Amino acid sequence: MSYTALAVLGAAAAVAADLWLLRTRLLTRRIFWVSYAIIVVFQLLSNGILTGFGIVVYDPGAITGLRIAYAPVEDLLFGFALVTHTLTWWVWWGRRLGRSPRRHPAATDRRK
Amino acid sequence: MRHLSYLAVLAGCLLGTAPLELFLGTRVYARPRRLLLTLLPVVSIFVAWDVYAIAAGHWSFDPRSITGVRLPGRLPLDELLFFLVVPVCAVLTLEAVRAVRGWPAGDESDDLDAGDRGAAGYVGAAGAAGAAGAAGAVGAAGAVGGGDQAVEVRDAAGGPGDAGG
Repeated sequence: MSYTALAVLGAAAAVAADLWLLRTRLLTRRIFWVSYAIIVVFQLLSNGILTGFGIVVYDPGAITGLRIAYAPVEDLLFGFALVTHTLTWWVWWGRRLGRSPRRHPAATDRRK
Repeated sequence: MRHLSYLAVLAGCLLGTAPLELFLGTRVYARPRRLLLTLLPVVSIFVAWDVYAIAAGHWSFDPRSITGVRLPGRLPLDELLFFLVVPVCAVLTLEAVRAVRGWPAGDESDDLDAGDRGAAGYVGAAGAAGAAGAAGAVGAAGAVGGGDQAVEVRDAAGGPGDAGG
């Protein structure tokens, strides 16, 4: 499978994980999109260095050939998948650790 | 020195985001358990993708610009570190936005990861002495607290037998 196809699949899987598998629904929140907007700027910068200086080299046969800041557009999808999936797990674990039984049964009552 | 090029980019990412933890109180490195649990699935999935892509020839690396240390699957050490550094930077950014804007992310019931702060032991010892003592202990443990700290400590101190948890 080409990098293009995998990148689309990866991004779709990250969306599915957030919305339906882990149900963190970060993609519906403002905090996610503002964070992502900041991250993507720095991604273009650091990825631009990695690709612009030829540290990472892509097989022309595996990509569409469209490039943004030296990097193939596929990298945007790859980065989106990586960032989204990371933040999904971060929030998922935040919920889970927060519900840890050693604190919450008593704690929830007292908070009312 | 050129073989450190890739590592230098990663170091730049870590240095650039370090002020978020130091000055905005993002408490990402301060919650190592949650961070590690987050990194585990992410690193597994994306390293697998990377190993496949390297084998399929989707991308390759300039041997002069990387450390030259190759892990199983011909994965350069630099790439493994990439999958640690980038997620950490992403989480730091999310927490920085939360720290500055106060927008919810859906995990707000959390925030005391008792094991992470090492607070559980203190709280157990302080148990009878009450929340005030525990708050002191947590403060001494060096937590870069948010406003929710007092609530968290109360929670932790309240549960029966929570120290053993």
